[in-house]
Formats: sequence, structure tokens, C-alpha cells
Amino acid sequence: MKNSKLTSPEKLARLKGKLLKQRQKQRPIITVCAGTACVACGCVPLTAAFREALKENGLEDKIEIRTTGCHGFCERGPLVVLQPEGIFYQQVKPADAKSIIEQTIQNGELVEKLLYRDPQTKQVLTHEKDIPFYSKQMRLIFGMNGHMDPTSIHDYIALGGYAALARSFLEMQPEDIIEEVKKSGLRGRGGGGFLTGKKWATCRKAPGEPKYIICNADEGDPGAFMDRSLLEGNPHAVVEGMIIGAYAIGSHDGYVYVRHEYPLAVKNLNIAIEAAREFGLLGENIFSSGFDFDIKVSRGGGAFVCGESTALMASLEGKIGEPRAKYIHTVTSGLWGKPSTLNNVETWANVPMIIEKGADEYAKVGTEGSKGTKVFALTGKVNNTGLVEVPMGMTLREIVFDIGGGIIENRPFKAVQTGGPSGGCLPESALDMPVDFDTLTEIGSMMGSGGLIVMDNLTCMVDLAKYFIHFLQEESCGKCTPCREGLRQLHHMLEKVTRGEGGVEILDDIERLCMVMENASLCALGSSAPNPVMSTLKYFRNEYLAHLEEQRCPAGVCKDLITYSVIEENCTGCVVCKRACPVDAIEGEKKEVHKINSDICTRCGICLAVCKFDAIFVE
Amino acid sequence: MQLSIDGKSVTAQTGEYILQVAQRNGIEIPALCHHPAVEPSGACRLCMVEITHADWGGWKGLVTACLYPVQEGLIVSTANEKVRKVRAGVLDLLLARCPESELIQNLSRQYGIEKTSFIPRPEPDLCILCGLCVRICEKIGASAISTIGRGIDKIVSVPYETEENYACIGCLACATICPTGEITFTQDEQTRSIWGRNFELVYCEDCGIAIGTPEQLKHYSERSGLDMSYFTKCDRCRNREAAARFARITF
Repeated sequence: MKNSKLTSPEKLARLKGKLLKQRQKQRPIITVCAGTACVACGCVPLTAAFREALKENGLEDKIEIRTTGCHGFCERGPLVVLQPEGIFYQQVKPADAKSIIEQTIQNGELVEKLLYRDPQTKQVLTHEKDIPFYSKQMRLIFGMNGHMDPTSIHDYIALGGYAALARSFLEMQPEDIIEEVKKSGLRGRGGGGFLTGKKWATCRKAPGEPKYIICNADEGDPGAFMDRSLLEGNPHAVVEGMIIGAYAIGSHDGYVYVRHEYPLAVKNLNIAIEAAREFGLLGENIFSSGFDFDIKVSRGGGAFVCGESTALMASLEGKIGEPRAKYIHTVTSGLWGKPSTLNNVETWANVPMIIEKGADEYAKVGTEGSKGTKVFALTGKVNNTGLVEVPMGMTLREIVFDIGGGIIENRPFKAVQTGGPSGGCLPESALDMPVDFDTLTEIGSMMGSGGLIVMDNLTCMVDLAKYFIHFLQEESCGKCTPCREGLRQLHHMLEKVTRGEGGVEILDDIERLCMVMENASLCALGSSAPNPVMSTLKYFRNEYLAHLEEQRCPAGVCKDLITYSVIEENCTGCVVCKRACPVDAIEGEKKEVHKINSDICTRCGICLAVCKFDAIFVE
Repeated sequence: MQLSIDGKSVTAQTGEYILQVAQRNGIEIPALCHHPAVEPSGACRLCMVEITHADWGGWKGLVTACLYPVQEGLIVSTANEKVRKVRAGVLDLLLARCPESELIQNLSRQYGIEKTSFIPRPEPDLCILCGLCVRICEKIGASAISTIGRGIDKIVSVPYETEENYACIGCLACATICPTGEITFTQDEQTRSIWGRNFELVYCEDCGIAIGTPEQLKHYSERSGLDMSYFTKCDRCRNREAAARFARITF
């Protein structure tokens, strides 16, 4: 094999120039999103159908197909973007491949039915850049995803990849890099929001060798997948960030701790590491500087708590994934008791940009205390779910309504939960708050790793709090008393509330228990676990009171407090609900008004979902 | 270095933890998962104390005394209202976990709790998951038991709960260190039983009392490098023999 090692930054620059020339000459490109969501929606047979159709039309040498990482608009997958024009097709089926090639590629006509229609304005939009979901974002970290094949190091280099690494080695001393990262104001994207540069500086100065670099890719929050999509779609950015960090801190050993449940991320990351080694960007004597660094990939076994830094390190060491006290910080004594710098995927991916653009330019985006952009996983009852990257300081309203396209079926907004299962639920009054680390903490929630779950009026806040507490109870490692026992008791109490039992006094008991958990838990899983309960108690106390004082669930969710009945005037006797009912609780012949037998009814809600005449009533 | 615990100025060495220093100075802090023979773990959360410092701009917070390293000028409160409230909450939870444990009952009473305010665990045992048994077993070198599972399903067990994976040497360290008496063993003239396994016994050559299991003595011999012949007598008889030897020495 030809020696492809880039032994100097100059060689990298020459390769980039060569690749760019090639790319300029290039033919039109069909980019197919191949992130996990689009794979699940069928982009693999779609890509095959494109190849087939190109062959049929004798175009296989004229048109390129590029499978890329996640574009973010997962709700509408599989996504296809035709470059260079940027024509955006959504929910594309293999059967559509032929018409895209014959109509758009060959004749320049649009395939109308595959274009995006704005759910608010009903306007049909042709180009990716015009769709509000994209146009309101600032895709500094995620932008590259749509333009490269994540398994191709050439694509990454052509787009300017590893230039920051070259700059670090050519022009900067390790201390300069740390100073630059400090100046950029970058804060950890994994949840803590600690200043990255400060962390690096402490680790560099900490006595003890070797020093370790760790990338936390154990993303476990329900509904959150920004780290997965970054590793799948742009693994080299993470690798490059880690090499720069290693050089700055003086580490020669790096680890990526990634969920085993992310097979595509693991695969693309391994391909990227292998390619970086082949190009001499990892391994011994990087850029002939005498500096060595390599990365090992370790797969997590499915424990949420292993996303906690000390539990992650214990797991890397082959021990049970339990956290330990952090009175002595991991930058001083971390993995195997040695100084260790752990940052999350998104944090590492920010590093090359800071070095390349310079800290001052980077810090122009964001708020006083939170710089740069943040990727959020927008989910729940919004029209446009997916991954969105916005500048820090954008309001929740802009994210939910402008980018998210508002609430499904224009139902009223109730709350948005930020920061994953241990985040807080914020009401409408918080919608105009800027999203940054400090504001979210101030108003009783947190940035966390960037989950954003939107809720409408059909969501019961007590039931929601119970859901998260149940999740955390299952995921608590069980080492310390307040978390293990406290979550079990908190779940019992919330169950009581959803049954309308316990009286108003139970709220005092809940608050007392939350105080103990916050103060006495060993790690952040336990100490932040009360957040969903305390924030809903703060902003939606009336809903708790309705359950306890009136035995009523205002959202019509809590099964012990609701009954389903038929609105006689509306019922046409169509028997659709009767057929759909899984427990045969609905009586009535065809064309007769139906009746729901409350004793048999399990309150599953299927009748409500299937009735076309709004004849099912929940109270 | 100097620090203050409940208003009393005390001296400590770098590397010590608050709990050690408090105990040395006769200041009592309750702790369930702490034992000087093993590394602290911070699992029970009962030894919570409040700390602050003149340089911290008024910041104060709760930490576990067993794991917080001492520092010059640290101001520690071991029994103020907040500390007692949090400890009472932790004990209330432990009492719901182990309502039949006398140790937990007695400690709870000191914090004004007669009966747990929470829902007691169905079919409770006496295990508070302090992890002392696991840590002492690891320290002795057998690592025969471990916690398995997580959250409320966590238990202490032998690997895969099957005998084939048995590394237990029957040394009884786990039963000895267990603060609540959950780990039990039986022993008669011929046999010792623990963790569902029966062990033969080795007897002192001189006085005939049981000195351990063959697995245990072999493990000690391997770890210490001492010949197996060293492990044929009980400590008492070995000491008596040594004393007799010393007595014969003339100067």
C-alpha cells in the first residue's frame, strides 16, 4: 500500500488542495442522509434504488451518490439533498429514486410531492436553506454532516478538517492552546457546564504520569441523540479535538467510552481512528513533532449511570460502574488514579473550530456566560422533531415554535423539559428566557446534555414526573442510600398522587425527601433526580392539587382518575371503537349509540384515537 | 494542620479524612459503611457533616466525613440542624429498607424516629448495602463476593449465584465485618458453612481448636509467602511456643 502518512502540516495542506480541486470538478451529487433515524426509515434500499436508477439511465459516472451523517431533520427521513443546488426532498421512498433522477436530474423539474410543506404557512419549500427548521439554526458543529461521507477522511480533510490540528502543532505551544480554549469560554456540553480550558489547565499541571484523555459518548438521556449523530456523521471532528486536547494536556492515551447500543457510531468512529492512524494523525510522532497519541474505543454495557464521569472511569478500569466521591477531582486523580480529562463528544467537536477560528471569533456567538452553539434533541409534541443547533442565548420560544414548527395539531403548549431525566419542566412563562447554562439553572432546570422534550395540554405533569423518577430508579446504580432508597420511595409517593391518594400533606413529604436526596446523594444522578418533581411542583402545583383534592387529572392521563364515555350526540354508531377496543368494553349495535362499560375499560385510549366523530369523552 | 470541628481546634495530617480526625478527638459521627480496615466508600451517607472555610465567601455544603480530605482552616459542623435533618432522612430510608435491623432502629431512635415514615420494603432482610463485606473480601484477596444488579435490585452475591464460580475461602471476614448481622454462617465440630457452601476444618496440632478452612490457610500461605507448616497451630499455641523459646534465651 502507498504510504499515506502526512508527516508534516505542509503535506496535509497539499493533500487538501488536491482534494479540493477534485471536488470542484465534481459532478452533481445526490446526498442521502444515512444517520440511524434515516437508516431506520429505509435509506439503505433507497441508496440502492438510486444506484439502480443511475445505471438504467447510464448516469453512474456522471452523478455521485454520497451517503452522509445525520442532517438533523429526523422527523422527515429519509432525507435527500441534491447538490450543488440544495434541493431538499423528504420522506423519500425507493420507488421515488427513479422520478428524482428522471425529472429533477435529467429535466430540471421538481418532484412536487417530495418537497417540504411548512405545517404553519402551508408553503411548499424547495431548498434546504429556506426551510425554517434549518434557516433559524446555526449549524457550526453539525453543518459538515450533510456534506461528507463520515467514513471518508478525504472528505473531512477537503472540508478543512485537521487544519486546526496542523495549526496547533505548527504555531502553538500546549499552554497557548489551553489559553485559547479558556478565552473561548467553552463550557462542557455533557451537562456540568464546567469551563473546559480551566479543566485542561488543572490537568496539565497535576502531578502524575501518564495522563489520560477521555471522550464521554455514553449518551443515555431518553430522547437525546446529538452525540450519537456527531460520532456517526463527523467522527473526525471528535478525534481531531481529542488529539489537540492531548497535545495541550500532555497525554498519550485517549479513550472513547461509547454506548454499545450505538453500532453505527462505533463503526464510523473505528473507521475514523483507523484512517487517522493510516494518515499519521494518530500514533507515534504525529506531524514529525515527536508527540505520540492514540485512542482506544471502549463500549459501555448499557448503564445510564456510566455517563457519570467517575462511574465511566470505574467501568473503563473494568470495575462495576459506580460513581465515587469527587472531593478530589478527576483532573487530579481520575482513571487508574491518574490525572484525567473527560469531555463529552460535543465538547471535543467544538475544539477544532476554536483553534481554527480563534477564541475571539468563536466567542462572538453566545451569551456572556455561555459561548458558542448548542445542539439540542428536540422531541415530544412538536411538529419538527430532530437535532437542532442554535447559538446559546436563543429563546426556548424560538426553538420550539420557529424551528420546531409549534405544537402538533396546534394544541396549547404546556411545558418543555430541558436537560434529560434529571432536568426540570419549564412553563410557558419561561419560553422567552434565553437558553444558556446559567439561566436554565436559575429557573430550576439545567442544560444537561441537551434534551428538549416539549409537552402539550394532554400531558399530565405528575405522570411525567413519575415517568422520569421511574427511569432514574431503574438506572440508579444502587450504591448510596438516598438515591437507591429515595427514588423508590419517591416513585411510591408519585404513584399515590396519580391515584389521587395521600392528601395535600403528601407534598410536604415529597419535598422533604427531595431535600435529603439533593443534599446527601453521592453523585449527580441522585442529587439532581428530584429536579423533575421539584420543578413540576413549582410551576404546576395546581395539577398536583387537582389530583389530591379533587381526585381529578386535568390532562386526562392518570388512569385511576379518569373515565371514558361516549358523547351520545356525536356518536354515529360506526362500531370502529367497538372493534378497536382490546378488552371488549364497548357495547352497542351498528347505527346505535355505543356505551363504554367503565368496569371493564382499562383507559387505554384506543377508542379516543380511532373515533372520527369526537364522540369519546375523557373526564 | 489545624482545622475546627464543632468549634474545637484540632490537628490533622495531610491525607487524612474528617471522620478519622473527628474520631481521634472524641467527636462522634455516625457511620455505617466505614471501617478502618478498608478504603472508605461513601455509600451509606450517614456521616454527612457541614463544611465551610473563611476563604469560601460564605459558601457551605454537606459532605461525607469519611471521604472529605482535611485542609488547613476547614470549619466542620457535625451536628447542626441541617446535618441532623439530612441524617434523619437517610436513617428513615434505611429503616424502610431494613425495619427489623436493631442497629438501624437504635440509630434512628437517636434521631427521633421510632417508625419509618416511608413504605417498608416487602420481605426485608438486614442488608443495608454498605458494601463492607465486598470490600473486605477484595482486600483479603479472595474477591469471592460482589454486588450484582443495580438500584433497588442490587444485592451482595457470589458470581452468578452458582457454586462453580466459587472463590470463597470460608474465612468469615464478611460475616465478621457485617454491621447488621445479615451475613451468617454456621459451624459445628466438622464443618463450617457460609454462602451456601460447606467447608472442612483444620484443627490446631496442639490444642485441637478449629483454626480455619484448608482453602483459607492455603490462601494465607500463598499471599504471605509463609510455608503451609506455619499454619498448623492456632495463634495462641504459636505464641505460647514462641514465648517458651524466648524464655530459654540466656544473655
